[in-house]
Amino acid sequence: MSPSSPGRIVVVGAGMVAHRFADQLRSRSAEGDWRLTVIGDEPLLPYDRVHLSDLFTGKDAAALALEPSVWADPRITLVTGERVERLDRDARTVTTATGRVEPYDTLVLATGSWAWTPRTEGTDLPGVFSYRTVADVVAVQEWAATRAAELGRPLTGVVVGGGVLGLEAAAALQGLGATTTVVEFADRLMNVQLDDGGGEALRVLVTANGVEVRTAAAAVRLGAADDGAVATMDLSTGATVPADVVVFSTGIRPRDRLARESGLAIGERGGVVVGRTCRTSDPAVWAIGECASFEGECVGLVAPGNLMADVVASQLFGGPRTYTPAPEGTRLKGAGVEAASFGDVFGLTPGALEVTLADPVARTYRKIVVSDDARTLLGGVFVGDASLYASLRPLLGRPLGADPSAFLAPEGGAPAPGGDVPDDVVVCSCANVSAGSVRAAVTEHGCTTVGEVKACTKAGTVCGSCVPLLTKIVTATLEDAGITVSRAMCEHFAMPRAELFALVREGGLRTFSEVVAAHGTGRGCVICKPVVASILSSLGAGHVLEPEHAALQDTNDHVLANLQKDGTYSVVPRVPGGEITPEKLLVIAQVAQEFGLYTRITGAQRIGMFGARIDQLPAIWRRLVDAGMESGQAYGKSLRAVKSCVGSAWCRFGVQDSVGMGVRLELRYRGLRAPHKFKVGVSGCARECAEARGKDVGVIATEKGWNVYVGGNGGFTPRHAELLAEDLDDDRLVQVVDRFLAHYIQTADRLQRTAPWVADYPGGIEELRRVLVEDALGIGAQLDALVADHVDGYADEWRSTLEDPDKLRRFQAFVNAPGEHDPDLAYTAERGQARPARPGETAHHDPVVARTLEIVP
Amino acid sequence: MTRWTAVCALADLDPERGVTALVEGHQVAVFRLADDRVLAVQQKDPYSGANVLSRGIVGSAGDVATVTSPMYKQVWSLESGTCLDPGGKPAHDLVVFPARVDDGRVLVAAP
Ligand code: SRM
Ligand SMILES: Cc1cc2nc3c(=O)[nH]c(=O)nc-3n(C[C@H](O)[C@H](O)[C@H](O)COP(=O)(O)OP(=O)(O)OC[C@H]3O[C@@H](n4cnc5c(N)ncnc54)[C@H](O)[C@@H]3O)c2cc1C
Ligand code: SF4
Ligand code: FES
Repeated sequence: MSPSSPGRIVVVGAGMVAHRFADQLRSRSAEGDWRLTVIGDEPLLPYDRVHLSDLFTGKDAAALALEPSVWADPRITLVTGERVERLDRDARTVTTATGRVEPYDTLVLATGSWAWTPRTEGTDLPGVFSYRTVADVVAVQEWAATRAAELGRPLTGVVVGGGVLGLEAAAALQGLGATTTVVEFADRLMNVQLDDGGGEALRVLVTANGVEVRTAAAAVRLGAADDGAVATMDLSTGATVPADVVVFSTGIRPRDRLARESGLAIGERGGVVVGRTCRTSDPAVWAIGECASFEGECVGLVAPGNLMADVVASQLFGGPRTYTPAPEGTRLKGAGVEAASFGDVFGLTPGALEVTLADPVARTYRKIVVSDDARTLLGGVFVGDASLYASLRPLLGRPLGADPSAFLAPEGGAPAPGGDVPDDVVVCSCANVSAGSVRAAVTEHGCTTVGEVKACTKAGTVCGSCVPLLTKIVTATLEDAGITVSRAMCEHFAMPRAELFALVREGGLRTFSEVVAAHGTGRGCVICKPVVASILSSLGAGHVLEPEHAALQDTNDHVLANLQKDGTYSVVPRVPGGEITPEKLLVIAQVAQEFGLYTRITGAQRIGMFGARIDQLPAIWRRLVDAGMESGQAYGKSLRAVKSCVGSAWCRFGVQDSVGMGVRLELRYRGLRAPHKFKVGVSGCARECAEARGKDVGVIATEKGWNVYVGGNGGFTPRHAELLAEDLDDDRLVQVVDRFLAHYIQTADRLQRTAPWVADYPGGIEELRRVLVEDALGIGAQLDALVADHVDGYADEWRSTLEDPDKLRRFQAFVNAPGEHDPDLAYTAERGQARPARPGETAHHDPVVARTLEIVP
Repeated sequence: MTRWTAVCALADLDPERGVTALVEGHQVAVFRLADDRVLAVQQKDPYSGANVLSRGIVGSAGDVATVTSPMYKQVWSLESGTCLDPGGKPAHDLVVFPARVDDGRVLVAAP
């Protein structure tokens, strides 16, 4: 062994940080002759503890495993399910509970933390849990299922501790069907990370989600039922609450017993004392992650632990890296509510200024803390809407670049920080990756896509909140480096969608094979096949399930229904203008009842039925089509619904017949395939009850006719539509909308909705007005023709499918077992209807039966 | 000795599309390629747990025939079951079921 080689390395603890360390060691020293043994007491491969709550939503524990290829390195041995009981620093060995003795030259402690529970009477009762490991989660799930069965009623759950993990646990208990209360000792939720205003806003949101919140209360005693299981909790306020399942989330303590007993220096508040190199008081022993105490503190987050792992991996090979804690922020996740903060949350810096915007209607609370000259960003608190967190947190301690209030303005006046953040700013705090490293991944390591940068730097692979900023930096760097950001759609087509559209149209191509032979290579993929399908459909190449087109369709278009999480589908008939007769309602009700479909009014004025098996779709649609209904294309990249308000027919302010126009537009554009879905709204007056300006096309009545707005969007990046033309009569309105849609269909990129298409249109809305309204380019007639052809060729997809036995073949569940269907489907009851059951829940394979199950969650 | 189950006729399959077959109790996704080869993998999507892989889009990555999960869009080689694009998640490979065409009939075996 050379003096600088770490020789035999042993890591105690096989958690997240140990995994990072092994991974770093391997990539830092691809050839070195070191040997690494990682010993952990949990029985599983090291897993992503941060996403533990995913197990509650049905995810398999195996899917949480952290990149397993690390363990395939022949120099690395992973031992799971073995606890290290003794550390002998003189002999340089560790000994496990089963007597295995492992000698080391270099020892790394990565033992993490344990979940601390206060010494309350009754914490040892059955039904009381902590929340730290996969085993904890499995135990809670099993308990919830069996206990509910024993008691024959829904459970009441109590979570003690109102911090981020407590709130996550509360949402999980709710998900298991328990009515849930959170008990918090402090006077507000997330009291470490939120100020009073933020804590209060969070309470409102959490309560609205159905979780009861009791602050300034401590659990003082747990009481047992006759059979000995937990049943009640006495609080310090004098109240007693029912408690069939209890989760303590009252903080963590470093697991430092081995270090303590072997005489290593221990911090005042626990944890193995380390310095900037992460060495402990014994030069052969290092400590990383939550068990390490740096400057008197152990940090319960993965990012600083990963940084420590990197430091030790560097130090072991004589590298220079040392540990400097980066300021951390906290973001609540898995609780169905947004809350995040970073930096000087309480404005304690002398002279700090706080700019706060509390919006009781939108239920948001946002605060930015800046230095006394209002320039330097010192901290922020965001509840209800944490979208600013990801973009502002990296700027902590730096110039904000705009007036703080501009960031908080409802319309987001100040641009979010973009691709120009300084190199040393940490963009991804989870994987500790700076803007500089992201740029280097592009300029030095040749990455050309966000995916490659993620794989190369690990940025964006943990919580994902940095991905938007990461994407901006990658794109900006590629452009700066003069690297043309590849325009290729995928490996099969080198051109973007708009170009392919023109080529297909000019070449008169009608099938995928023709298109790929003329302009592409290979046999296509999930990206280009649906694009070609959509282009062919926009150009009137026939039913989407004609033999040559069927193989191109994503499953949604292939079976004319939208795939749900369990592999079943939704059924959404078209309801033009939101008008529906009682007769049709009756048929919908009968179908839903007979097939046990979960039924709800959708967000777009129609009725969705969920949970239809693939083999049931034809029978369901037969009934609907016979009753005069047709496909609502809720599955296609095509027109969704035209939302309208009641308008002049009934409303005392209505100036035009908005329902009539809504129906006319819906019947005109139904089934029209486009680069992405599009939506239309029609309001009968400027009060705008149809929210038309949030749609791709918004039509608003005026005294003289109609104003038309384009490029609106709800969804992920909301945008108000911009005014394209004013005071149009009915026919002229239809013509302008025709042209707008046709131009969009011909020139937009794949999966680009109208909002970004309009925003990026060269020359902006003025130019669009010239082209579409004034026909300055003389393409009006050609655009009109595209829509006219569509209207002439329209036929209901479901009707024609039902008429064609060849197409119906696609709907069988098993090719060799007619009449059988997927035996793995299972449903449970919720609020009187069926929904897919989660593991451990009482379930029945038939949703008709499941709706009436006595609920045992 | 491999025990083959005849699941359907080749003519029952559309090129570049899958069907589901029951083979000795396993749900199997069976695909016919453009060149009439037939390949089969497990029907269960390891990422969502739903039995849906036969409904994914068939294509190619380089020379390898692929299928993409219709649920979260992970991509696998249909030939080896290797996960080619895990979409940022840990890679989970698929179980491959031996499949062949004999006299116009599609035969699949349990692995
Ligand atoms: C069913 C419904 C929710 C509900 O129960 O109310 C729904 C459900 C889905 N929405 Fe939606 N959206 C529904 C109204 C909306 C609305 C409200 C509206 O249309 O007025 C919006 C915001 C408005 C907008 O689009 O600008 C909306 C914004 C989205 C987005 C984000 C789009 C964006 O531009 O950011 C997606 C994702 C996408 O399309 O890529 C999406 C995607 C989806 C998908 C298709 C996701 C998927 O692939 O499984 C959901 C399945 C639909 C299904 O199974 O039929 N849904 N979705 C609503 C169906 C309305 C209908 O009758 O067709
Ligand atoms: C529900 C939950 C949600 C979280 N969410 C976030 C989040 O959003 N963001 C964030 O930054 N952090 C989050 N965390 C914290 C994050 O998971 C930890 O910071 C991270 O796991 C610490 O890694 P570690 O390797 O130091 O410890 P751990 O991952 O706890 O690993 C230590 C391992 O060592 C084992 N071990 C201990 N002693 C011994 C011994 N003597 N012998 C053998 N094995 C031993 C333990 O059993 C454990 O498996 C969350 C934690 C939980 C529980
Ligand atoms: S917002 Fe839309 S896409 Fe998201 S879960 Fe709800 S229905 Fe599904
Ligand atoms: S900040 Fe969490 S993944 Fe980047």
